[in-house]
Amino acid sequence: MKMGKLINEEGLRVDGRRVDELRPIKIEVGILKNADGSAYIEMGKNKIVVAVYGPKEVHPKHMSLPDKCLLRCRYHMSPFSTDVRKNPAPSRREIEISKVVKEALESALILYDYPRTAIEIYMEVLQSDGGSRCAAITAASVALSDAGINMRDLVVACAVGKADGMIILDPNDIEDKEGEADMPLAIMPNLNQLTLLQIEGKFTKEEFEKAFNLALEGCRKIHHIQKKALMLKYFGKVEE
Amino acid sequence: MVVIKRKYVIPGDLITDKNYKPLSNVIKIDDKIYSTRIGLAEITKEGVKVIPLSGPYIPKVNDLVIGKIVNYSAFAWEVDINSCFSAYLPAQNVFGKEFSTSKDALSKKLTIGDLILARIVSFDRTKDPILSLVEQGLGKIFNGEIVRITPMKIPRLIGKKGSMMKTIEKGTGTKLIIGQNGVIVIKGEPQSILRAIEAIKMIEEGAHMQDLTQKIRDFLGIREKEDEDGETDQ
Repeated sequence: MKMGKLINEEGLRVDGRRVDELRPIKIEVGILKNADGSAYIEMGKNKIVVAVYGPKEVHPKHMSLPDKCLLRCRYHMSPFSTDVRKNPAPSRREIEISKVVKEALESALILYDYPRTAIEIYMEVLQSDGGSRCAAITAASVALSDAGINMRDLVVACAVGKADGMIILDPNDIEDKEGEADMPLAIMPNLNQLTLLQIEGKFTKEEFEKAFNLALEGCRKIHHIQKKALMLKYFGKVEE
Repeated sequence: MVVIKRKYVIPGDLITDKNYKPLSNVIKIDDKIYSTRIGLAEITKEGVKVIPLSGPYIPKVNDLVIGKIVNYSAFAWEVDINSCFSAYLPAQNVFGKEFSTSKDALSKKLTIGDLILARIVSFDRTKDPILSLVEQGLGKIFNGEIVRITPMKIPRLIGKKGSMMKTIEKGTGTKLIIGQNGVIVIKGEPQSILRAIEAIKMIEEGAHMQDLTQKIRDFLGIREKEDEDGETDQ
C-alpha cells in the first residue's frame, strides 16, 4: 500500500494515534451557574462550552408553537478559536452547523412535553479542532439532560474520515483538511437510531460500511464518557 | 413497609424490559421502559417511574407556589412563579365574587414586587396557570429570607407527611413556607435562619441519598426518632 503523509509506515497518524483510536475526551457537567443546564467538552484540541436555557417563554411571542416547544440552537466560534482571527459574525458554515445540530438533537427531545415554550442551546467553541460539530452535539445532549429536559436518549456524535486511502476514526484538523473524506454522524445509542449523517468527499460502498461501523464504535465509547460525567455530577460516583 | 430498590438513571437508560405501566419521566418503546431524566428509577406494582433530580418547574393544579407580582391591570395580576409560564391572579380570586372595578383598586391590595403564597387553581397545555388567594393562609408574605432550590427536590425537603420540614423547623426554631416551585421563605431569628439555609442546602446536595433524614437530624442535633424515615413522598 502506498504510504502518504497522513499515516506513517507504522500505521500511526499525525498525532500518533492508531487509525481506530479516539482523541482524549473530557466532559464536565454543570459548569455555568446561571444556565439551566451546561456542559464543557474537550475533545482533542476542541474546547466547547454549551449552555441550555429553558424551557422558557418565547420571545417574540408569535413564534411560539401551540403544541410543542421551540428549539433554538446557536453554534458559534469565538474569534480566538482559530489560528487566524475569525470574524465573530455568524458565518455560512456556523449557520449550517447550528441547523444540523438542532436537527440532530431535536429527535431525542420530547418537545411535546413543553408546549408554548422555548429551549435555547448555545454552543461556544473556545478552541477549534476537527470534528467540532460532533463534540458540540455530544456536549449539548449532556447539557440538555443537566437542564432536566425530557429526552428519549442521549445523543452522541463522532466523525470518521478517509486519509491516505485508510478509514480513520475521529479525524483532527489536519486530517479533516488534507484527508479525502469526512463523515460526521450522531446516534441515540440506547435506541439504536441515527440522528445525523453527513458526508463530505467520496466513500466506496465497502469503505462506507467500514467507516459507518467504526463511527458507531467510537460513538459508544464517547457515550460511556458522557454517562460517567453525568453520574459523577449527580450521584458523586460512577455506577457500573 | 416494602423496601423499594432505587436505581440511578440518566436519559436513555433501560429501566426494565418487563411489561410494567410507565408512570412518570419514563418512555415505553417496544415494551422496554427507558428513563427520560436524570434521577432515581423506581419499580413498584403500580408501574415504573423516575424521581428526577433536575429540571424546570411545570405547574400542577393544586400546587402551593410562592410568586412575585410583576405586573397588574384593572382585572388581574401577573405573577412570576419561577416557571416557563407566567401565572395570572384574577381579582375575583383575591377580593371574592363581589369584586367590582369601580370599588376595588388592585394596587391597594398587592403591588409590583410583592411576594405571595398562592394556589394554582387551573392549568393545562393550552392555558397559562391561574392562581387563587381565596383560602386560609394564602396571601402576601411580609418578611422572611428567600431561598431557591431545584423545584424537583422540594418533595424531599417536605418529606413524608412533612416530616423533613418539621425536623428543620424544630431543629432551628424557624418557620418555613415552601412553594412547590422551588421558592422557600424562612422566618425566624437571623442565626437560626442561617442554620436552616445550611440544612436546606444539605438536602439539595444529598437528595439522592437514602439516609438523608438521619443526616439532617444529626446536623441539627435532634436525637429522638418518633416518626419513620422520611423518604421521598411525591
